[in-house]
Amino acid sequence: MNWTTAIPEIFLSVAGLAILVFGVLRGRYSGPGNALVCSMLVLASFAVAAILIIGGNHGIGYNGQFTTDAFSSYAKLLILAGAALGLVLSLDYNRLEGLARFEFPVLVLLSTVGMMVMVSASSMMTLYLGLELQSLSLYVLAAFARDTLRSSEAGLKFFVLGALASGLLLYGISLVYGFSGTMDFNVLARSFADPAGVAPGLIVGVVFIVAGLAFKISAVPFHMWTPDVYEGAPTPVTGFFSTAPKVAAICLIVRLMGTPFGHLLASWQQLIVLVSIASMVLGSLAAIGQTNIKRLMAYSSIGHMGYALIGLAVGTAEGVRGVLIYMVTYVFMNAGTFACLIAMRRRGIALDKISDLSGLGRTDPMLAGWMTVFMFSMAGIPPMSGFFGKLYVFLAAVQAGMWTLAVIGVLTSVIGAYYYLRIIKVMYFDEGGEAFDRRPMSLSVVAAAAGLFTLFFFVFPAPFVGAAQAAARVLFG
Amino acid sequence: MALQAIAFYLMAAVTLGSGLAVVSARNPVHSVLFLIAAFFSAAGLFVLLGAEFLAMLLVVVYVGAVAVLFLFVVMMLDVDFAELRGGFQRYLPVGLTVGALLLIELLLVLGGWKLAPEAAVLKLSSTPGNVSNTAAIGRLLYTDYIFLFQAAGLILLVAMIGAIVLTLRDRKTSRHQVIRVQNERAVADTLLMVDAGLGAGIKTLGIYRPLVETPPQGRDPVAATELGERRS
Repeated sequence: MNWTTAIPEIFLSVAGLAILVFGVLRGRYSGPGNALVCSMLVLASFAVAAILIIGGNHGIGYNGQFTTDAFSSYAKLLILAGAALGLVLSLDYNRLEGLARFEFPVLVLLSTVGMMVMVSASSMMTLYLGLELQSLSLYVLAAFARDTLRSSEAGLKFFVLGALASGLLLYGISLVYGFSGTMDFNVLARSFADPAGVAPGLIVGVVFIVAGLAFKISAVPFHMWTPDVYEGAPTPVTGFFSTAPKVAAICLIVRLMGTPFGHLLASWQQLIVLVSIASMVLGSLAAIGQTNIKRLMAYSSIGHMGYALIGLAVGTAEGVRGVLIYMVTYVFMNAGTFACLIAMRRRGIALDKISDLSGLGRTDPMLAGWMTVFMFSMAGIPPMSGFFGKLYVFLAAVQAGMWTLAVIGVLTSVIGAYYYLRIIKVMYFDEGGEAFDRRPMSLSVVAAAAGLFTLFFFVFPAPFVGAAQAAARVLFG
Repeated sequence: MALQAIAFYLMAAVTLGSGLAVVSARNPVHSVLFLIAAFFSAAGLFVLLGAEFLAMLLVVVYVGAVAVLFLFVVMMLDVDFAELRGGFQRYLPVGLTVGALLLIELLLVLGGWKLAPEAAVLKLSSTPGNVSNTAAIGRLLYTDYIFLFQAAGLILLVAMIGAIVLTLRDRKTSRHQVIRVQNERAVADTLLMVDAGLGAGIKTLGIYRPLVETPPQGRDPVAATELGERRS
């Protein structure tokens, strides 16, 4: 048994337990200092886990339940980066909102472990347990501001709908297991070598699994929960939701469609195409009428998932490479955007209306500048990183001859550009309100780091493209 | 064999019947009791399959913990179940139609189910010889499935953290147990032997309260009571 494949996960779990005990012993009510120390410890263990992943060996362990390869390493590093950014964003927000409790970083850490298990899953059971570990922590985080009605509502809604999605997923898994007699991804892949002999019931199972996972990436038509949960959850939690968990879920879908169901491409391709087109269209149209910026970001993330799914729908290594590059650009520009949103605070009260941004170009040119960079990137305007994400995905679609997908993608990006550019217009050309409160250092750092990455991605895309290429080859050789 | 068949049909019928009763009973407490009946007969079905450990688990966990918890919740929360079930009649036709459609579709799909020739034998005997059911499950769980077992443990931990984070509140009036202080209490600190004269009573000696001048942790005992609450 090759247990060393899971060393980063084991390390993170043990570190999480240790930090939990540490936090409890230091005293539950010892103030925000305790939460700060625990957050720092969690960030440190993320760094150690990243080193372990880079230095770790590849292979299959635990009787084929767990696998590490170039794909999983790539995804895990991205997940760790997203989770670390999300945690840094929450540091000062939680203190100001009176949410600074040491359980917060521990829950972020445990959900990160769940995400890492998800992308390394090589059996349906590992997939499910990883997914539940991640989701359960996220439900609690959504309701973390338990004294506000909206946050509790967000947590409850997320929990109920998430449980429903898990039900769909499990039903699909049971059908696949019933028709094939195995849960192991590699054995499943071998048994589908001849797609003609596959029972229709198994395809139904695949459809249920896709439905369950589409919920987790909030793709249309399973997106209903997203705007409400994004709006209700504390803003840094929303930022966290839209980065690391999205990476984990989309990488999980890619692995699932690539390894066990790789030979059934013809069966699931049209499904992914449909979901992708619907997400792009709804993401760009429904966002137009929003006045709350967190709701707007929810629809924006629905749209972005649609673009990322184009790469999967193509079903080639180029397409998956596009997905992986897209997720890198998405994580950084999203984390940066949320750093700007968390900085929206007047006289100690957090704001979330688009109109609250008016006049930001004069009162805080630095913040407005970064926000402009992120909005341009989201809209896919060169030379921002968002453009390259879209470029690689559309390129793969064109190369595979799927012109409809590419054309719809370009059209919806143009529509989507309207509401991203509107935010820039509000910041620079609308009559301004008074200045925001002085923003904490942590937000400036995240905004600047993500902004520089987004701005200068075009200078150094090679290492990311190369790593994504190597990762994609593993699944779609 | 005949006895087994009778037992199976009896318990299956009880399971289904009490399952129906759970959703149709008017009184929620009856619903929970029917749920317990359903769990018991399901446990019986497990025994028939040769899975004693699972049967025991079902009774211990579901009847012992979950159902009793439900009973507490139903009795303690003031939920108007009649109102909750108000739409039952109205939505019944639609629900039945959708359910029937789904059932037909699934039957069509599952019609292609092919059983492996050895399936009839395999379904019962996965227990290795000379080992009890419990030991066999334990061996699998702690060797082949150790990773999943630990992952499930982490999930339960998250559930526990979540429950504490979302519900535990520190009230000003709640009094925590400090074991160190309790252990360090000596007799002389708290007890005073007074020689009260016959018929005098201790009131004349001026003793109303325990001798401890500063209460443990500097907490004012009065502040922790309703009096203190009114005062602050």
